[in-house]
Amino acid sequence: MSLPTDRKYTSSHEWIKAEGDVFLVGITDNAQDQLGDLVFVGEVDVGAQLNAGEPAGVVESVKAASDIYAPVAGEIVAFNEELESNPALINEKPYDAWIFKIKAKSAADVNGLMDAAAYAAAN
Amino acid sequence: MSASLQRTPLYDEHIAAGARTVDFGGWDMPVHYGSQIEEHHAVRQASGMFDVSHMLNVDVKGAGAYDFLRKLIANDVAKLTVPGKALYSCMLNPQGGVVDDLIVYFFARDTWRVVVNAGTADKDVAWMRRIAAAGKFDVAITPRRDLAMVAVQGPEARAKVWAARPAWKAASEALAPFSGAMLDGDVLVARTGYTGEDGFEIVVPATDVAALWRDLVAQGVRPCGLGARDTLRLEAGMNLYGQDMDELIQPDQAGLTWTVSSKDAARRFIGRDAIEQFSTPAAFLGLKLLERGVMRSHMKVQTSLGEGEVTSGTMSPTMGVSVGFARLPVGIKPGDTALVEIRGKWIPAQVCKLPFVRNGKVVEHA
Repeated sequence: MSLPTDRKYTSSHEWIKAEGDVFLVGITDNAQDQLGDLVFVGEVDVGAQLNAGEPAGVVESVKAASDIYAPVAGEIVAFNEELESNPALINEKPYDAWIFKIKAKSAADVNGLMDAAAYAAAN
Repeated sequence: MSASLQRTPLYDEHIAAGARTVDFGGWDMPVHYGSQIEEHHAVRQASGMFDVSHMLNVDVKGAGAYDFLRKLIANDVAKLTVPGKALYSCMLNPQGGVVDDLIVYFFARDTWRVVVNAGTADKDVAWMRRIAAAGKFDVAITPRRDLAMVAVQGPEARAKVWAARPAWKAASEALAPFSGAMLDGDVLVARTGYTGEDGFEIVVPATDVAALWRDLVAQGVRPCGLGARDTLRLEAGMNLYGQDMDELIQPDQAGLTWTVSSKDAARRFIGRDAIEQFSTPAAFLGLKLLERGVMRSHMKVQTSLGEGEVTSGTMSPTMGVSVGFARLPVGIKPGDTALVEIRGKWIPAQVCKLPFVRNGKVVEHA
């Protein structure tokens, strides 16, 4: 699966994509492949104010649980409820299945993250 | 520098089929071939197969084999009177702790086959030889690393095996569960398994196993990895050595009292004195999480009678909820509720009897 160029990436394998005045956040194909079949996505605290790099939720596969992190500082404004009943959506379409939406403290913070080429080079 | 991992004769087949492999007890084994959840469903609904060649078949033969086995293991091989009949047992240390769990097949008074776990195989053979020597038993203990093993499981499994190997049908068609047939060419076909479904575990010379595997694939049997093996055995209420019990755990702390035969008071099998004199039993039961989340080994459990521990846990593909086994205070019963500590939060769970799933169907619980 080739890396979409319409978004940015973190070293902890999240992607972040602008949608209006918020950002969608999910995990990369690389991450879902390493995790295996996902069975639980949750612990996303809507309303929480997070700093960049703080845990924002959990994805759990048959193998193990893995924290997902806020790529930028901001407020969690939504959790993708579809993932409650169908966590496998992330395995199937990692770049469509957003996990949470974040209203960034400063939208410019995203500029400091990796683009597709940099993420690909690092992984 | 670590020693390199061992490979079974089917390693190349697994890689060619896209397996992701993992170190399991020193063996490079497939954990899945793409989706362990789909592999799990294939076994419950149709047929799937597991390379279990990392496990060890051991021949136990000689005039003293019968007496040796009655000393060595906690279950009583005197129960086995029909050639091919097998039993499941623990082998205990003198403190009554479990050295390994295993299956023993009877073929004749002087001819037996024992199948042990991969990670404990060397330990088990050394232990068996020590006991044989100490008791001066007239027995030959022969590890059979020249043999490989495939477990074909599911409602369609036996039919697929006969389609791939018509010559085996006559000898294996009438096998009752927990019985095997020894066929020409060092082949053992046994109606056993670790999934809660019907099927065969097939032992063949290592040189023949790749052809068998390919022929089963051609019949539509789905290769399945260790990931599915774990979710299947957990749903089926079957213990995993090293997780549900180990050398520090006695059978009555791991739900294995039923595998210990005390009927013959004169049979002083190893560990018998300890389990009779120093028993601290536990209630070993199932847990079903009542909210979203996944239980894992070692998570703490709070009950009305004190603390317990999850020994095995997973997300059940068949049930869509997390299930597990737990060692709990005696007096806790199926139907009770408990709390399981998952990443710092106490999540409610229901105590259940085992198994959770049998023959493809979820067992009704109180």
